[in-house]
Amino acid sequence: MRVTLDESLCQAYGNCLLAAPEIFDLDAVSPVVTILQPRPAESLREEVEEAVRTCPVEALLLHED
Amino acid sequence: VRDVVVVGASLAGLRTAEALRREGFDGRLVVVGEENHPPYDRPPLSKAFLSTELGSEDLHLRQSADLRAEWLLQRSVRRVDQREQTVALSDGSSLHYDGLVIATGAAPRRLPGIDLSIPGVHELRTVDDARSLRDELSGVPRVVIVGGGFIGAELASTCRGLGLDVSVVTDLPLLATALGSLAGAATARARDHGVRVVDTAMVTGLATGDRVAGVVLSDGRTIPADVVVVAVGAVPRTSWLEGSGAILDNGVVCDETLAVRGLPSAVAAGDVARWPHPALGGALLRIEHWTNAVEQAAAAARRLVHGAAPAHAPVPSFWSDQFGVRLQGVGLAHCADEVIVVDGEPAGDQFLAEYRRRGEVVGAVVAGAGGAARLLPYRRDLVGRLRTPVS
Repeated sequence: MRVTLDESLCQAYGNCLLAAPEIFDLDAVSPVVTILQPRPAESLREEVEEAVRTCPVEALLLHED
Repeated sequence: VRDVVVVGASLAGLRTAEALRREGFDGRLVVVGEENHPPYDRPPLSKAFLSTELGSEDLHLRQSADLRAEWLLQRSVRRVDQREQTVALSDGSSLHYDGLVIATGAAPRRLPGIDLSIPGVHELRTVDDARSLRDELSGVPRVVIVGGGFIGAELASTCRGLGLDVSVVTDLPLLATALGSLAGAATARARDHGVRVVDTAMVTGLATGDRVAGVVLSDGRTIPADVVVVAVGAVPRTSWLEGSGAILDNGVVCDETLAVRGLPSAVAAGDVARWPHPALGGALLRIEHWTNAVEQAAAAARRLVHGAAPAHAPVPSFWSDQFGVRLQGVGLAHCADEVIVVDGEPAGDQFLAEYRRRGEVVGAVVAGAGGAARLLPYRRDLVGRLRTPVS
């Protein structure tokens, strides 16, 4: 499992951070979120999927590779 | 479950359909939608869609590749037969279901005395509504917005951004439902940005010529207007369920797993669903936020596919972009009895406020960049605590 961010879409809402704080981060100066773990452990699948689903601008993608 | 009919082809309907597949549902999946558009995203309709040249196709929601759904658009469900497990469609056909998903959302509330057929009078729910409003905004009209909720406030912000003369008429401070006692600050922010906020009188009717000319207030004044937008909340779309057995009371009444009460084999998700959030000790809750639709979709699909599910106990959340500020919130602010500003100034660009009930935090609202990070500790705390009744 691999998660990617389209930085041209991200508007730093941070819903991903609320869903999966182990995977994403956001600070007050960055215009986009940061992916802390591009290849999350399988045990975090539910959180990662929720993060992808709750992105208001569909900037996150989950890849099964 | 072999045949599932999803009624409603917007965010909640699409995400429930996707979640059904994710949960292993392999049968026939039909989605019925009234509009002539595939599922699209509504939040931009009060913001970017009005101020740019976006087309409806730019709003289409991403769909999972393996959805395998049949889309019946420009059709609605007229009637549900609980005994036969069929739905009758507006085109005269009928469909059998083993599982029914109710995701028909809500429709703009209408006001007596405001005739939407008068040229210049608008409401805002669909992309077609937004397009017809956008066409008129290019003529630099004086805009009067009736209603001060999220849509009214965002619309006022967008119209000010376009340089228009904007008034908001509301019987409550702006965002009163979402912000509680901080709503006065939202009103102040709007005024700082040049919006005329009238919160001392109600709208009683319209002044008209060959098109709308103004809104008439309860104190006898008339505010001149070239465009009037009615944004006074929404009512759940449930009339098609009358006679189905489903219990209807300001929405489709569900149990704690989002199974519809009174209508077997049915679940509900999104604006239309009203369910007992475990934190509220049995009291019913209906939420019209985007995130709620996505979260309920997952929970409702689980319930339908597996026949059982844990109680749905989300930490509700919202966001709103207006007047250069992003407001974000988590929790159940509406049941707070006290609001404490922990940091910043509520009428300013950055603040953090805690919503407490009997001393316990039940929600938090933040404004400013990086706000989600500041909400995270609250969300983490509430994830556990909202599973059982708050005091």
